[in-house]
Amino acid sequence: MSEASQRLENRAARVAERANWIRRSALKMTFDAGQGHPGGDLSAADILAALYFDILRHDPARPDAPDRDRFVMSKGHCTGAFYSVLAAAGFFPQAELSTYLQPLSRLNGHPSRAALPGVETSTGPLGHGLPVAVGIAIAGQIDAAGYRVFVLTGDGELQEGSCWEAAMTAGHRKLDNLTLIVDRNRLQQGALTEDTVALAPLADKWRAFGWDVVEVDGHDPAALLAALEHPGSRPLCVIAATIKGKGVSYMENQAGWHHGCPTPDQYAQALRELAA
Amino acid sequence: MSEAASTAGLFDCRDAYAQTLLALAESDPRIVAVVNDSVGSSKLNGFRTRFPERLINVGIAEQTLVGVGAGLANGGKIPFVSGAACFLTARALEQIKADIAYSRANVKLCGISSGVAYGELGPTHHSIEDLAWLRPMANLTVIVPSDPWETAEAIKAAAALDGPVFVRISRMPTPALERATPRFEIGKAEILRTGHDVALIANGVMVHRALVAAEALARDGIEARVVNLSTLTPLDESAILEAAATGAIVTVEEHSVRGGLGGAVAEVVATRAPCPMRILGFPGFLPTGSAEWLMEHHGLTADGIAQAARGLLAGRG
Repeated sequence: MSEASQRLENRAARVAERANWIRRSALKMTFDAGQGHPGGDLSAADILAALYFDILRHDPARPDAPDRDRFVMSKGHCTGAFYSVLAAAGFFPQAELSTYLQPLSRLNGHPSRAALPGVETSTGPLGHGLPVAVGIAIAGQIDAAGYRVFVLTGDGELQEGSCWEAAMTAGHRKLDNLTLIVDRNRLQQGALTEDTVALAPLADKWRAFGWDVVEVDGHDPAALLAALEHPGSRPLCVIAATIKGKGVSYMENQAGWHHGCPTPDQYAQALRELAA
Repeated sequence: MSEAASTAGLFDCRDAYAQTLLALAESDPRIVAVVNDSVGSSKLNGFRTRFPERLINVGIAEQTLVGVGAGLANGGKIPFVSGAACFLTARALEQIKADIAYSRANVKLCGISSGVAYGELGPTHHSIEDLAWLRPMANLTVIVPSDPWETAEAIKAAAALDGPVFVRISRMPTPALERATPRFEIGKAEILRTGHDVALIANGVMVHRALVAAEALARDGIEARVVNLSTLTPLDESAILEAAATGAIVTVEEHSVRGGLGGAVAEVVATRAPCPMRILGFPGFLPTGSAEWLMEHHGLTADGIAQAARGLLAGRG
């Protein structure tokens, strides 16, 4: 193995370890709170870990530093994973994760820009993140700033027209500092995306809108890192093939786990499987 | 001919908006303009010529218009997002709520051609519900300037304020109000005339008409207090309580009678200083007609305001 590929392997191993921690943390938060969005938390864990523990330039001590890379969590319902990664990165104490969904907690069911450091914009309603990320990228372009802007959407979320409004503007303006990651787990709240309103051919759609497209295995940290670290001359869409509920056998590919809470026995089984 | 159109020296408040924004941009590189194919209707051609890189046109896409504004603010800019008030508010209402107000994004939303300015284009293009939609949004300052001077002051104040603002900008030909001591402050009502018999509270293009109505009432021996309540959020409650102390209030707005200026005043009056009120505005979807015709047809004239005040005082006995 070459030195470069060995380095990538090491980085990927670190990301995988962090992703596993995010999964366990998100499930604990969901179990303790009695509700959450475990399916999407688990599908996005590797992507979030790759961003926060390898790709993003951020400083939790200066969450609004002008030169920081931005990450916009457009699929704002997946707060189990998002709050876990923010806490693990140091934006707020990890102990605070136990307040998830409790009265007066900063850890609302959907992230609040006003409440929590590290949240770039409040999300929850779908289709909001990409337009905001486009705006940040335009600001960076005007200033010739060096920061990059990343946004994570679900795939069902792309049924919102606002995503395609923003896609047109990003393509038109050749926002080379913008990277969209689509958590392509193929399930929306109630059914398969392709049975609801099909997104395919998804890569072709982004290319037609003037974007570069890379398709990767969203649970392969090395592939994610390779895709995320090399922006081109146009906005980049990384379509990450993922499994909703990834890592917990009874949740995998089950639409019913979009929103829900495991029983004590199910929770214990999930932790065993994630420890394996 | 209406009283507004017969007054020499009429202005389009959009000119005041565009000129002020350009002047601000000259001295503050953070100022950017964001439009939805509305460079011309926002009168920002001059801005585009002077600062082409700071004029961002997202095309006919209001949700992205507002989202991009939020993103630009995140990137340290002070974006002035302007589009026709009817579309900016209605099509992007959730973006205004989540991306701007809830997120406390430092974005200045400028709803142009508000009210019934697009009279003949019909109810789809009238913006007479916008204040009812935006007034309940926490963190969002809502300003309805009355004339070119106040429009310019509102734009300057919005730029200086660190937080989200909505400015409602008319395109109707509007006279410049005469002010003894011009001074604009967000959240402060302007007392344009003192009086103890009745209070006329107005904003936007209705303020001028309220002043003409007060002159007519004075000829009948009725001294009307005239209050320009240009900031709806935050609301100057003390000015409303002082108005209620006259014993009767008529509110006048180029907006639906539900949820706008009249609603804001009524909330304060009903809970803290009950007194008889009349709320003048539009009843619902409107028939076709020019802006001036629509206003006359619905009693939004100096005569209509004076009649409402007389009726209120007569009813009070």
